[in-house]
Amino acid sequence: MTGLALLLEQLPALQVVLPLLAAPVCVLLRRPNLVWALSCLTSLGCLGIALTLARQIYPHGVISYAMGGWAPPFGIEYRLDELSVFMLVVVSLAASLVLIGARQSIQREIPADRIHLLYAAVLLMLTGSLGIISTGDAFNLFVFLEIASLSTYALVAMGRQRRALVAAFQYLVLGTIGGTFILIGVGLLYMMTGTLNMQDMAERLPPVLHTTTALAALAFLVIGAALKLALLPLHIWLPNAYTFAPSMISALLAAISTKVAAYVLIRFVYGIYDLRWSGLNLPLNDVLALLAVAAMLFASYVAVRQQEVKRLLAWSSLAQIGYIVLGLSLATSAGLAASTLHILNHAVIKAGLFVAVAAVLFRQGGSTLQLADLAGLSRGMPWTTAAIIAGGLGLIGVPLTAGFVSKWALLQALIESGTWLYVAALLASSLLAVIYVWRIIEACTASTGDRDIQRREAPLGLQLSIWALVAMNLYLGINSSPGMRLATEASGRLLAPTAGVPL
Amino acid sequence: MSFEPASAMLLAVLLPLAGAGLIALCHRWPNLRETVTLVTAAALFANVLTLVGPVLEGIRPDLLLIEILPGLGLRLTLEPLGMLFALVASGLWIVNSVYSIGYMRGNNEQHQTGFYVCFAIALAATQLLAMSGNLLTLLIGYEVLTFSTYPLVTHKRNAEARAGGRTYLGVLLFTSIALLLPAIVAVWYLAGTIEFRDGGVLQGMVTPATATALFALFLFGTGKAALMPFHRWLPAAMVAPTPVSALLHAVAVVKAGVFTVTKVAVYIFGLDFLSVSGAAAPMLWVAVFTLLAASLVALSRDNLKARLAYSTVSQLAYIVLGASLATSMGVAGGAFHLVAHALGKITLFFCAGAIYTAMHKTQVSELDGMGRVMPFTFGAFLVASLSIIGLPPMGGTWSKWLLMSGAADAGLTIVLAVLAISSLLNIVYLLEIPMRGFLRPPAQTGGNGGIREAPLLCVAPLCLTAAGCVVLFFYPQPVLMLLDTWRLQ
Amino acid sequence: MLDAILGLFNYWIAIGLMMTGLYIVIAHTNLVKKIIGLNIFQTSVFILYISMGKIQGGTAPILAEGTLIYSNPLPHVLILTAIVVGVATTALGLALIVRIYEAYGSAEEDEIVNKDRRA
Repeated sequence: MTGLALLLEQLPALQVVLPLLAAPVCVLLRRPNLVWALSCLTSLGCLGIALTLARQIYPHGVISYAMGGWAPPFGIEYRLDELSVFMLVVVSLAASLVLIGARQSIQREIPADRIHLLYAAVLLMLTGSLGIISTGDAFNLFVFLEIASLSTYALVAMGRQRRALVAAFQYLVLGTIGGTFILIGVGLLYMMTGTLNMQDMAERLPPVLHTTTALAALAFLVIGAALKLALLPLHIWLPNAYTFAPSMISALLAAISTKVAAYVLIRFVYGIYDLRWSGLNLPLNDVLALLAVAAMLFASYVAVRQQEVKRLLAWSSLAQIGYIVLGLSLATSAGLAASTLHILNHAVIKAGLFVAVAAVLFRQGGSTLQLADLAGLSRGMPWTTAAIIAGGLGLIGVPLTAGFVSKWALLQALIESGTWLYVAALLASSLLAVIYVWRIIEACTASTGDRDIQRREAPLGLQLSIWALVAMNLYLGINSSPGMRLATEASGRLLAPTAGVPL
Repeated sequence: MSFEPASAMLLAVLLPLAGAGLIALCHRWPNLRETVTLVTAAALFANVLTLVGPVLEGIRPDLLLIEILPGLGLRLTLEPLGMLFALVASGLWIVNSVYSIGYMRGNNEQHQTGFYVCFAIALAATQLLAMSGNLLTLLIGYEVLTFSTYPLVTHKRNAEARAGGRTYLGVLLFTSIALLLPAIVAVWYLAGTIEFRDGGVLQGMVTPATATALFALFLFGTGKAALMPFHRWLPAAMVAPTPVSALLHAVAVVKAGVFTVTKVAVYIFGLDFLSVSGAAAPMLWVAVFTLLAASLVALSRDNLKARLAYSTVSQLAYIVLGASLATSMGVAGGAFHLVAHALGKITLFFCAGAIYTAMHKTQVSELDGMGRVMPFTFGAFLVASLSIIGLPPMGGTWSKWLLMSGAADAGLTIVLAVLAISSLLNIVYLLEIPMRGFLRPPAQTGGNGGIREAPLLCVAPLCLTAAGCVVLFFYPQPVLMLLDTWRLQ
Repeated sequence: MLDAILGLFNYWIAIGLMMTGLYIVIAHTNLVKKIIGLNIFQTSVFILYISMGKIQGGTAPILAEGTLIYSNPLPHVLILTAIVVGVATTALGLALIVRIYEAYGSAEEDEIVNKDRRA
């Protein structure tokens, strides 16, 4: 066996190990620019690995990798199916595109002696996120989830205002409760099935499905995931965390954290359990759908009333999380595929918007951005304004943007399952999106009045990052066929019925 | 030019976009910028003209650009109705560009580069819409048109323009997101395709009740067709500079709306299915109501542009009515009216702009005796009014004739009566203006009695389009030939 | 009934601790006490795990003459990891509290909220 082939075989482990090793190196290097370059390279490396894995999986199916050589189900299995690779690509892509532009913004917002720590935390978050996605072991998933969460709390706390500390603390308390709930759920499942391998669990669960323990485990898992996902009404940590975190970190959080949590929820309710099991005597679909609808409408409504741009975008994220959960609650292939696709599309759109906000803040100073501060932006920073408009149109779901494709897929799934009320809710939420997006756009194009505000375009790095994300947004709006195909195959595999279990 | 028809179609969409880019680059040199606009407009029209021959021969160029989702692509197809719309929009763009230059310079408007850029993008959207091969492509053209015209509507950037722009965008986006989009997805789900096909795609796929609901969704969802109660955006859009009102709110935007309605009726529902299932019947009455109610509102408006706006709402309902009759004669009448009304209404708006540029008058009641000061403008106004009313020897005669035949075909005598009443209302609210201008004595006595027309660049286009109204009466063959090509297929 | 209470006493203890911990997290305004509550809450889960690995009469899972029944060692291993996670969380939480105290001069939630509102 040649060295290259050997390396290829180790890729599932390598893409988690790579950022894990780079993180302490960051701490040792200390030089801001060097650390930034290392982080960029690492995330680009992860992206390369993810794409390579995707190409392996596409024709050949699931990759199973025994960590440390211990065969599953005894050892920890890294199990990559279509959904996992899809998510690996989403996460590493979003991380790369955001990190490329992060250098100047971070340098401006973070004291020089802490920059290397910030990048180390980012890399740890990346480790955790990629680990969550690739592991096939439920307990291992919990550990990675906590690694990702802990680094996220630290990242939020690095915000400039003191309120960032409180936001981080609030996030820590709720995040830990969520994580512990997942831990309880995993424990109960272990009691019932005697295994920690999720694939095994799925096979051994149906006979014991009627027990209270199995149902309680599901409840704990779903609530834990919903806390990390910030699904209404468990969302209170999110607006503050997004608002007060350093600008580029908000972009990372919006693109990665909640998306990974959505992946965890999908794994729990379709990978381990299956919401369609008739033995599962719970109206969980309806509960999730109702919460999703509530999030779509309420969060959009709150977003309309915000004055601070990052907070507005945070509430908009909550509404978009509602779209994702609504799709997966349908328990149909089309619905799950729509959710999966929206995870990608929303990550790209929202990251683009947050980076654009970071660019504005870079020129403006300060750490929060009121709508009124945007006046005259279209004159001083026309390109950034164009990017904000493109992102905003994506949030609304205007044709030719990525948002339209996911909305189309979701609408189609909803109509297919005949849930007309949800269709109405989705449309109402889009209309609210029109309003809040238009408030931003109007603010950008408003005249400055008597005040004379001097602005220049953001530095090249930030622009590069913004435009890469906007280009992705538009590209996905024009050509979503490959993504949709992968999403459909992913949902097809998840929803393939387990042998001998009545649906 | 020896383009393949398919590439000429693509070029029709790309040319104005390229023009928009060039215009933006030339923003420091106004003369060069305006030259670029005119050259682009002329090139676009020439390009669209090359497509007429093939379409008359019965060829339908078809081009799949890209697949957005599996089975769901951006597709361009050109059929006679779209050909007609593309011709009208691109032809009038030339005239309108000349007029814009006169108007924008005459009134010293700000942000002129942005104005021309948005205009060119809007034209690209119009071409995309006209040549759309499926509902998705049509929707894309439709939405791009909405967003590219928003900056034009709010051109003045004051509080009033902002309020008008909000209504404009609010109504158009509300209807398209809440009604049109679900209707399209529903067709995709029910029929398995959203391609435009002869005879429609819905026949045998849906019950009459579903078809009725879908048709209502489409018609109300096409907010640009300005059926009541979704007509408010059109008067609101009148805060825009007059050339915008002229081309966009007499031609491109509103005609995009009624074109969408016609195309959906013909190629998605199919006229046979539409009449057999009775799906169009309820909407027929909505159109009739809009037609009459808007005329009555127009009567009560003193602001000239507002009156013209309500007149447009009423005239658009004619075209929707034509589609809802679900006979080929009715659709042909609607399509002809698309051309005749475009020529007539753009003339009327040109006149309104010329009056504003020369005399700074905006109210109908201020126009007493103006006809003697601006004889060309008021003469053109008279000609265009007669055309819209449908009196010979003006082009509008034919569309009324075809529409009435269509109503007779459908056996709806009451519609004949409605059309007659509406013509009377048209006479009252439109002819009042030239009558005041020519017959009443001037309000203020100090006038020196000489002729004070608007700049030549304003007056020449309006004379040209007025002449077009007359020519269309004596020489309607090109339009009728296109319509025959369509009816024979 | 008594069996249900006594036979499953380990679960009752876990549930009791869990509720106590959650109550403290929610009800107390002092940030340090919140962290303490969080710790109690996590500890209850540790107990839940460890107790389910216990087998009546089982010994430590070491190969030796004469022992046939072992307790399941896996939960213990898992909980070692979970404890590490818990310690890390606590450390981060306490560090945050120190920074909050430096910035606000208080570790009481209501006072902090008031200070932000006034600012």
